[in-house]
Amino acid sequence: MFSHSLAELSRLLHQGSISSVELTELFLARCQAHNTELNCFITLCPELALEDAKRADNLITNKLHGPLTGIPFAHKDIFCTEGVRTSCGSKMLDNFQPPYDATVVKKLYGSGMVCIGKANMDEFAMGSSTETSFYGATKNPWDLTKVPGGSSGGSASAVAARLIPAATGTDTGGSIRQPAALCGITGLKPTYGIVSRFGMIAFASSLDQGGPMTQTAEDAAMMMNAMAGFDVNDSTSLDREVIDYTANLNDSIDGIRIGLPKQYFSNDVDPGTIEKVRDAIKQFEQAGAKIIEIELPNTALSIPAYYVVAPAEASSNLSRYDGVRFGYRCKKPKDLLDLYCRSRTEGFGNEVKRRIMIGTYVLSAGYYDAYYLKAQKVRRMIRDDFQQAFKDVDVIMGPTTPAPAFGLNELVDDPVRMYLADIFTVSVNLAGLPAISVPAGFSSGLPVGLQIIGDYFSESRLLNLAHRFQLDTDWHKKTPDGYAK
Amino acid sequence: MSLDRKQIEEIAMLARLSIKAEDIPVHQEELGGILDMVKQMESLDTDPIAPLAHPLEIDARMRVDAITEENHRTKNQKMAPKTEDGYYLVPKVIE
Repeated sequence: MFSHSLAELSRLLHQGSISSVELTELFLARCQAHNTELNCFITLCPELALEDAKRADNLITNKLHGPLTGIPFAHKDIFCTEGVRTSCGSKMLDNFQPPYDATVVKKLYGSGMVCIGKANMDEFAMGSSTETSFYGATKNPWDLTKVPGGSSGGSASAVAARLIPAATGTDTGGSIRQPAALCGITGLKPTYGIVSRFGMIAFASSLDQGGPMTQTAEDAAMMMNAMAGFDVNDSTSLDREVIDYTANLNDSIDGIRIGLPKQYFSNDVDPGTIEKVRDAIKQFEQAGAKIIEIELPNTALSIPAYYVVAPAEASSNLSRYDGVRFGYRCKKPKDLLDLYCRSRTEGFGNEVKRRIMIGTYVLSAGYYDAYYLKAQKVRRMIRDDFQQAFKDVDVIMGPTTPAPAFGLNELVDDPVRMYLADIFTVSVNLAGLPAISVPAGFSSGLPVGLQIIGDYFSESRLLNLAHRFQLDTDWHKKTPDGYAK
Repeated sequence: MSLDRKQIEEIAMLARLSIKAEDIPVHQEELGGILDMVKQMESLDTDPIAPLAHPLEIDARMRVDAITEENHRTKNQKMAPKTEDGYYLVPKVIE
């Protein structure tokens, strides 16, 4: 039961084979049994979940349900949940119980899904390994000595270990796709502006985007139907026609043009990863796709540009944590300045402070042009590279990450090397494009992700290609040893 | 690229973070390493390029200038570290 996809669970629930309460109890028991070793969750909320499950069962009995009604899932702990602690992985917000729900939280509640907890994450989503969490590192269920990726590592690890059938994530520089790849699940980062950012704690506002983390592309499409949509409360939300993301899953992919950027298949990439990604691309070729070599010449510069733009926006966004209105406050401040400085110094972890300092520096007088303005110009070049490529191809494919999961503590003291884990994901955020990571096999026993990048608003096409791949392969069905029973 | 001690102290002050004197060399090394990586952008001629602040280049939406929110003061102040009579309390600013 616990390894079923959302689509399968939906069928079982709505034909009466199992109740939402039974299903919720089953997943809660799995979470409670495995959270000690994996540390996927910061907060579990069994009472609330069972209350919601009863409500879902009533909806089902009265035939008032939708496709997701009654299915348990988890929110990344970055989404504000009214009355339930929302820590963002930080000591700063350890005591924070939001007075309102994020739009995504409201929408998924409206769909009848049952939230059973809040998933672990890198502090304020700053990290690629979930090791910067105030609540300790999450482990990768495929190998407990490896990281699950980050920042949505709790969500990815929990879905991979089948502790929950789906979770929400957010992606600022790869935080949905990279952990999805390293844990062997499916993760979609939508076009910027498709999923509301209201109530999603801000890291870098021009890059942040929420999305689903699931076993399959079909499940991601089902989640998108509930998560996406215009929101007046988010000033960058896009007012577009509502679409059914499941409608095109089975479209033919015959004649689709797939671009392979030379830069994504360099010698720096793990050979096992390249092999699996090339195998996957062969599958698409056999299904009728055309393969075209392309160039994304400024790929290497996406990391430097990102690590100026994202910290700059973060330093501004995180200035709100001052120990006055909510969050952590230091003990016995001697004056206002001491209150600000000590609350922030004691409340934030090292990586967050590092990024705030970088952001502060690149925005400071005398350095703004050399760093921030320069990075924004490079950002345009990166976006233009993609636009140029999409004149000749429909989608772009490559590895999601340059290597499979790295070891716990391996890169914590080497921020620059850690940042390079995002090389194939950050450019997509800088350009605001949608992209999906799907399981494509294993390298040295660890999952490999295939990334499919599309032009703006091509989520349906990405889901269609990913779904087609999952009909032809069973990588997405693999469960780590120790979590298959 | 290396930042001197004074620069590290200035950045920390602007960011409202306190740093211990003995930790300054660590900050110098870490921030210096990141700025070295960032410097790769210098190789690129970006003079004719316009900066891009928002991926889709849309303007922030305007709304009608009307009150849409109710007063949530009591609810919001429940999670404040210190309040009194509906105000947030901070250390005395003026003696």
